[in-house]
Amino acid sequence: MKNTSEHLFEYCLRLGDTPLILGQRLAEWCGHGPILEEDIAMTNISLDCIGQARAFLTYAGEIEGKDRTEDDLAYFRNEREFRNLLITEQPNEDFAQTMLRQFLISAFHKHFYSELMRSADKTLSALAEKSLKEVNYHFRHSSEWLKRFGNGTEESRTRLMNAMDNLWRYTGDMFDMDETDKHLVECKIAADLDKIKTLWNKSVEEVFSEAGIDMPKDVFMMSGSRKGKHTEHLGHILAEMQSLARSFPGASW
Amino acid sequence: MKSKEEIWSILETIPDPEIQVISIVELGIARDVQIEGDKVVVCITPTYSGCPAMDAITHDIREKFAEEGIKNTEIKMIYSPVWTTDWIGEEAKKKLKAYGIAPPDKTSTDKSLITGKKKIIPCPRCGSDKTILVSQFGSTACKALYKCEECLEPFDYFKCH
Ligand SMILES: [Zn+2]
Repeated sequence: MKNTSEHLFEYCLRLGDTPLILGQRLAEWCGHGPILEEDIAMTNISLDCIGQARAFLTYAGEIEGKDRTEDDLAYFRNEREFRNLLITEQPNEDFAQTMLRQFLISAFHKHFYSELMRSADKTLSALAEKSLKEVNYHFRHSSEWLKRFGNGTEESRTRLMNAMDNLWRYTGDMFDMDETDKHLVECKIAADLDKIKTLWNKSVEEVFSEAGIDMPKDVFMMSGSRKGKHTEHLGHILAEMQSLARSFPGASW
Repeated sequence: MKSKEEIWSILETIPDPEIQVISIVELGIARDVQIEGDKVVVCITPTYSGCPAMDAITHDIREKFAEEGIKNTEIKMIYSPVWTTDWIGEEAKKKLKAYGIAPPDKTSTDKSLITGKKKIIPCPRCGSDKTILVSQFGSTACKALYKCEECLEPFDYFKCH
């Protein structure tokens, strides 16, 4: 049985790894955006994500009490130790898939951080308040693109629907609750994901209806992020993200 | 040993690395000063989580303090109370505008949330209300990109936050 502090460490890793991997994915667009404004937008969003990740991982290190820094946690953990949501590691593919991924996760974070602001843990509540302000922009930005894709050309709509086929199955993973979630919900530290799921469904349905698309039905949901079971993509992200730090430990410039 | 007031006046001479016309005190980044024996503790807070200027700001504070003969400095990052654009004072807003950045406008944000109408950000250059949002994401995390349809100049807007 884990004690509260061990559960909290695990929880902070989840909160940090999710924006870390999403930020890393978005950064792949740097210099490749379809237009300059979107190139800047995606790298700005990436920067927000990395900033959030840094704060949550720093706190994870403090909770653990073994002197691990944000960098130790980001660069020197292996794939099975990562707790990011599966959707964040899915490939960028085209702009439609990147924006759909952003929308689904931002809609989640919008409600998640609103709830986490009420956490009995003062650090988590402060970080949630900070992150929420940023996520609101990400949500608005990606919502606008979804509406344009859905109501745009046959091409844009087809791309959006293809992305839906690729991504929807990873949305269930966002709401899985394990013993860590349940224990911390009882301590009034964590957000109750059943509650978030209802709010998320409502927000997603609203934007989908404006985009003229239906909510996918009867899709088999993948899960595993809470146990560190990832899709094949995470290993590749980590190889790129960690290689420098592992080849030259302690390097700085 | 310097007094708290003297420390604050030193901080007031340190410009924000990205917007050089206002200081880190005016921007609300430097939050608190404590003197513990021979050590000076400065609490700073980021405008945005990923603000890359925080490292530069930390460096600038240490450098300035060293010049002033303060050897023992600790810089703490705090997240609560959360930074908002309300921390930017009226004087600083004027400086932003003169510099070509439209300052954050609280009143129009509130209205846009209730009515859903687009907020009007006057052009800092010619004052025209005929401006359009080009992108919510501008040259830095804290700014959005606008364009004036009167004088045709693009400009940054400091997002209300
Ligand atoms: Zn103008």
